[in-house]
Amino acid sequence: MAAQPYGLIATFETAPELYHAAERVRDAGYRNWDCITPFPVHGLDKAMGLKRSIVPRISLAGGIAGFITGMSMIWWTGGIDYQLIVGGKPLFSPMFAFPVSYELTILFTAFATIIGMLVVNGLPMHYHPVLKYDHIRRGMDDTFFIVIEACDPRFNLANTKTFLEKAGGKAIAELEA
Amino acid sequence: MAYAAEHAADAPAILREVNPAALPRAILVENNRSFSWITEKICGIIEGKTPTWWWVCFILACFVASFTVAGITYLVATGVGVWGHANPVNWAWDIVNFVFWIGIGHAGTLISAILCLLRQKWRTSINRAAEAMTIFAVVCAGIFPVFHVGRVWYAWYLFPIPNSNVIWQNFRSPLEWDVFAVSTYGTVSVLFWYVGLIPDLAVLRDRFFAAGNRVRAFLYGMFAMGWRGSNRHWSNYEMAYLILAGISTPLVLSVHTIVSFDFAVSLLPGWHTTIFPPYFVAGAIFSGFGMVLTLMLPLRAVYGLQDLITQYHIDCMCKVTLATGTIVGYAYGMEFFIAWYSTNPYEGFAFVNRAFGHYAWAYWIMISCNVITPQFFWFKAVRNNTALVWILSIFVNVGMWFERFVIIVTSLARDFLPSSWGYYSPSIVEIFTFFGTFGVFSVLFLLFIRFLPVMPMAELKAVTPQADVHGGHGAADKH
Repeated sequence: MAAQPYGLIATFETAPELYHAAERVRDAGYRNWDCITPFPVHGLDKAMGLKRSIVPRISLAGGIAGFITGMSMIWWTGGIDYQLIVGGKPLFSPMFAFPVSYELTILFTAFATIIGMLVVNGLPMHYHPVLKYDHIRRGMDDTFFIVIEACDPRFNLANTKTFLEKAGGKAIAELEA
Repeated sequence: MAYAAEHAADAPAILREVNPAALPRAILVENNRSFSWITEKICGIIEGKTPTWWWVCFILACFVASFTVAGITYLVATGVGVWGHANPVNWAWDIVNFVFWIGIGHAGTLISAILCLLRQKWRTSINRAAEAMTIFAVVCAGIFPVFHVGRVWYAWYLFPIPNSNVIWQNFRSPLEWDVFAVSTYGTVSVLFWYVGLIPDLAVLRDRFFAAGNRVRAFLYGMFAMGWRGSNRHWSNYEMAYLILAGISTPLVLSVHTIVSFDFAVSLLPGWHTTIFPPYFVAGAIFSGFGMVLTLMLPLRAVYGLQDLITQYHIDCMCKVTLATGTIVGYAYGMEFFIAWYSTNPYEGFAFVNRAFGHYAWAYWIMISCNVITPQFFWFKAVRNNTALVWILSIFVNVGMWFERFVIIVTSLARDFLPSSWGYYSPSIVEIFTFFGTFGVFSVLFLLFIRFLPVMPMAELKAVTPQADVHGGHGAADKH
């Protein structure tokens, strides 16, 4: 056995079992723990006591940046850098600049959302102790896991193991760091 | 009413008073399939031996695609004059085909974004393939305007890249708006599709790893980015997915609006109308659903996906086709009405000429395919007959191609001055190029169904009754 495991992993066969166990882990005051699920389980965020994701704020910043980029690009290129009168129309107007700025708003929002989501999640991360667990493949398929990390202040190998058993966890195993 | 009994305590008081009826919910995955059945079914398509029909189709598709390659090679080597454009019709099949393919793409975004926001759970079975269809359709669409610029090696002039001429693009032009709309659309569609794929790629990574196929495990693993199904990740992922759906909805509406601005902002009778943006968007969704049906019904039959693409899904798609087809029919009528009501003789002439002029044959093909064909979907017997639905979906595709042809060519062929009137026919090079794009599209789609999961496994699992943490009372569920 490794000197200091990464944590304990417990198996749950069904979504409701996982859900109720997650509520118990949350209520027991654990902080560094996670659920591994093959699909987003409806309501599990609440059962885990997770806060609302901060991704929307990053998206908003991206959207604002996109709109400003569009408007200022069209204003600078046509109105400042190379002034060319076309059809007697003004050199710059927010009206004709709008469609392009609108599209850039969406483009920048999309990039901000995805990059923001990946950064917040710490992805890409091609190595993680959880991925070394023998049965983790089923966590992508049809099984649910709860992982409590050893770095949690309340973590105690024996007590946490008993706690997970009581919460309904099966096949509790230590994860190699 | 299992739900009402269980949740009586936390239900709003008004519910007890009005006692709502328990409406049956449509079953989205039939025969009560398990999570692992879904994984096996979808991954089995990728992991199994390449079927013979796939090779036959792939080689055939490559052959058809070579027509586009031949057509474009000849165009680039010779000049844009090899297309049948001549005064007054300087814009014909290239823009017709562009709008046709872009329109087809729109159903994919509609399914993945708008139906996601409207919480239409039936989208889950078809959204992956429909999004793939969007991307491949945009690829096909992009070929035409890029090569219509003539000297294609200058196509980068479309983008505001500093260059030695120090001239910038004319941002007053709808054609420049189109550059941004279509490139944004293509990019966001790819991003949206990829984000949806991440959890499923992780499934494939682990399966190939377990099967000992390290090369494929590595490749899928690279793109899965180390996804491990963590709920802390799912929480951010779901939020990101929702935002992408939220921004794709105005995107898809704006793209075809801007495509319609290419025409509506001009002064040509028959183009210069305010009805164009909603009419083009409805037409795009109509044609896109036609194409989704054309693609998904054979896919369902070949891979035995009847439990995942159920009759309910086909019904829904037929009904959307019916609704949007009827909107398109209304728009045709409204164009005529406004042409008459405005008392503008040029506008009036443009429309009478469409229906009874030299291009009347195209107009009536359009009307019969787009207005009459979808009306069959009122009947349940028609919707239940998969073969018939497939045939009708082909008519929708044909009709929507002719719609663009009618709008673009009839208006141009009858200019303001009768002295400049003309009649446009495509050259063989144009026919080759367009015919070949079906091959390009098929090649890409065949590669997609061979190497990527055709359905989003995680999303499918999430709509099964056993995914519900409150005890699997699926039928009476109120969430």
